[in-house]
Amino acid sequence: MAHLDLNDDSAVVIVGSGAGGGTLANSLCQHGLKVVLLEAGQRQSPATFHNDEWRAFNQLAWLDKRTTSGSWRVARDFPNLPAWTCKTVGGTTVHWAGASLRFADYEFKTKTYYSKISGANLLDWPLALKELEPYYSKAENRMGVTRTNDIAGLPGNNNFKVMYYGATRAGYKTVHTGRMAINPQPRDGRGGCMQLGFCFQGCKSGAKWSTLYTEIPRAEATGRLDLRTGAMALQVVHDRQGRASAVLYADAAGRHHLQKARIVCLAGNSIETPRLLLNSASSMFRHGLANSSGQVGRNYMRHTTGSVYAIFKKPVHMYRGTVMAGIILDEARLDSGRGFVGGFEMETISLGLPFMASFLNPGAWGRDYTRRLEQYPNMAGMWIVGEDMPQESNRVTLNTGVKDQFGLPVPNVHCDDHPNDVAMRNYAYKRGAAVYKAAGAVETIEVPPYPSTHNLGTCRMSEKPGDGVCNKWGQSHDIKNLFISDGSQFTTSGGENPTLTIVALALRQGDYIASQCAQRNL
Amino acid sequence: MRRREFLQKSALVIVGTAVSTAPAARAATGGEQWPAPLKTLSPAQARTLLKMARQIYPHPGLDDACYMTTVLDLDSEAAVSPETAKLLSDGIAQLHSSGSGRFDDLSAEQQTAVLVKIQSGSFFQKVRSVEVVSLYNNHEVWKRFDYRGASYPFGGYIHHGFNDLNWLPDPPDAASPKG
Ligand SMILES: Cc1cc2nc3c(=O)[nH]c(=O)nc-3n(C[C@H](O)[C@H](O)[C@H](O)COP(=O)(O)OP(=O)(O)OC[C@H]3O[C@@H](n4cnc5c(N)ncnc54)[C@H](O)[C@@H]3O)c2cc1C
Ligand code: SF4
Repeated sequence: MAHLDLNDDSAVVIVGSGAGGGTLANSLCQHGLKVVLLEAGQRQSPATFHNDEWRAFNQLAWLDKRTTSGSWRVARDFPNLPAWTCKTVGGTTVHWAGASLRFADYEFKTKTYYSKISGANLLDWPLALKELEPYYSKAENRMGVTRTNDIAGLPGNNNFKVMYYGATRAGYKTVHTGRMAINPQPRDGRGGCMQLGFCFQGCKSGAKWSTLYTEIPRAEATGRLDLRTGAMALQVVHDRQGRASAVLYADAAGRHHLQKARIVCLAGNSIETPRLLLNSASSMFRHGLANSSGQVGRNYMRHTTGSVYAIFKKPVHMYRGTVMAGIILDEARLDSGRGFVGGFEMETISLGLPFMASFLNPGAWGRDYTRRLEQYPNMAGMWIVGEDMPQESNRVTLNTGVKDQFGLPVPNVHCDDHPNDVAMRNYAYKRGAAVYKAAGAVETIEVPPYPSTHNLGTCRMSEKPGDGVCNKWGQSHDIKNLFISDGSQFTTSGGENPTLTIVALALRQGDYIASQCAQRNL
Repeated sequence: MRRREFLQKSALVIVGTAVSTAPAARAATGGEQWPAPLKTLSPAQARTLLKMARQIYPHPGLDDACYMTTVLDLDSEAAVSPETAKLLSDGIAQLHSSGSGRFDDLSAEQQTAVLVKIQSGSFFQKVRSVEVVSLYNNHEVWKRFDYRGASYPFGGYIHHGFNDLNWLPDPPDAASPKG
């Protein structure tokens, strides 16, 4: 591993080592650039993961204080936990389930394809599927996505058997064990899936792709990566010309350091990335960096989600094996005839008993609730993930009244469901229940969204500088050497789990930065 | 400190393992055998909290020991937080004065009615949010719910029933390869 000097202004400084930042770091190192990777969390490994829900959550989750507002139910159930993300090397790719789907072409052009939707800040991406396809292919190969690159699908578990039977009886046609960045057999230095059932807690067999044990060690092997753990970026600093010149960060002991930079790339996930830009306001950039459009922090999206659990007469033991063990793809289509625009997927999900008790109906108690929990062994479950509408008023702002351990204002996450989101969720709940009834469910339970696992859109890409924060390369419109490298770039959310797209964008951005450096444009 | 405050507000309270695996000091406190000594609560207060915990997440099949962890976790927190200590003792007093007699002596229905009255208050929320974690994180409770937890120690569920459901037909290979 390299050690770069704080005054080395040839370094590319990346904030965050998750899907976006970890991938970008490796791409740039392979291109011969020197990278300082600042990661607020500590480094774990498959050997140190805990297959225990609360312990793992405490070990890996982002627990710094946040606040919430708006009418979304998360603000009521989890007022200080709007999002479920990680603070650790590898970021949320340590917790993620591995579902890896490409966007459809129309999802890059929602303003064109969807009729005008009041209250929705729809915009076409400055990027078409065609341009991203080669990078989707690269991403699928390096992540080892099943049903691509001649990799077989995973074997379905009990939860999937129930889904498959119900879905096909309910008339669905495209139902299988998904496209998962999980090795059915050992591949590319990673183990095969042992059906451990703790995908959300860090995969102890390494079967599931995470930047922690793929991109990051590969970047380290080039000798060009300086990964600093326990390093919380506090501010992006600029020079008199208004170019990003350094990143101020606090180390684990709270000491401040200023790392000079040739280029700065932000990949702290969609709450921390805009927060960092807003916290970097200066006399030259009074409303925060890269914010001449006023769009930094706006258009926060979390996908339209919810879960349906069903109780059967006989045991399912859904917790055994892959958490997202299968998918129904029929509802992911361009069809506004269902009372909403956008598509959604239904994917199996399971929670262990500890999380199930907290999430099945947050805050509920009493015998009616415990009677349902006692049916735990006989439950099957699915998660709904669909496109949500970008709204300017759904946004991350600084809550100046509340400070974090570094003395900085915490982020407030404001969210109201758009009527389209509500219509989609209600429709999806009904379809999910129909699937399980077709498989003989005695009861189905609609479960409200968990703290957001997908966080998107707060520094959106746009063709015109006035409409968004960055261009189609993730390069900020205002500051040429400042890049957005995570899910914050998403112009709209699509209906698919976002990580494959985040990784594809990071690979594409890596090539772009390298070529711009070679041409001395950066 | 901040972290603790955050967790409570999120209703995601992470509990210490109040019931340690070390040889437990068994303190006889008027009926209940507490697996660890009480630090701040009186035996009578602890007993009332135990009854309350049973009514919040009632499972007739579980014995008191499963619920005692919650009381001990609350007790441990009260030992380091005067605020929590006061919240608990005021709350327990309120339980006794909200029904037609001492909370412990009420029927299950009456106890529930008292809890419904106070359910939006911070005392109830404190007890519930600690309990929802400590009760369902208890390995004895897992057994009753047929939840096995970590499978890594025995090689994963791949050879231990991940696909043993046999009351529905197996999906075709194209949808679910045999692996
Ligand atoms: C339980 C769960 C299941 C999921 N399942 C799926 C799935 O099946 N498919 C899918 O596509 N997606 C899934 N996701 C979402 C996926 O994990 C995220 O979309 C993805 O990891 C986001 O990538 P990112 O680069 O934007 O941020 P992250 O991966 O969250 O990385 C951000 C990193 O930045 C660090 N950081 C933040 N701020 C700072 C700062 N100021 N200084 C230094 N470091 C900082 C954080 O500590 C973190 O490590 C899941 C998420 C969860 C929680
Ligand atoms: S089920 Fe497979 S992917 Fe998930 S944690 Fe286990 S081994 Fe890893």
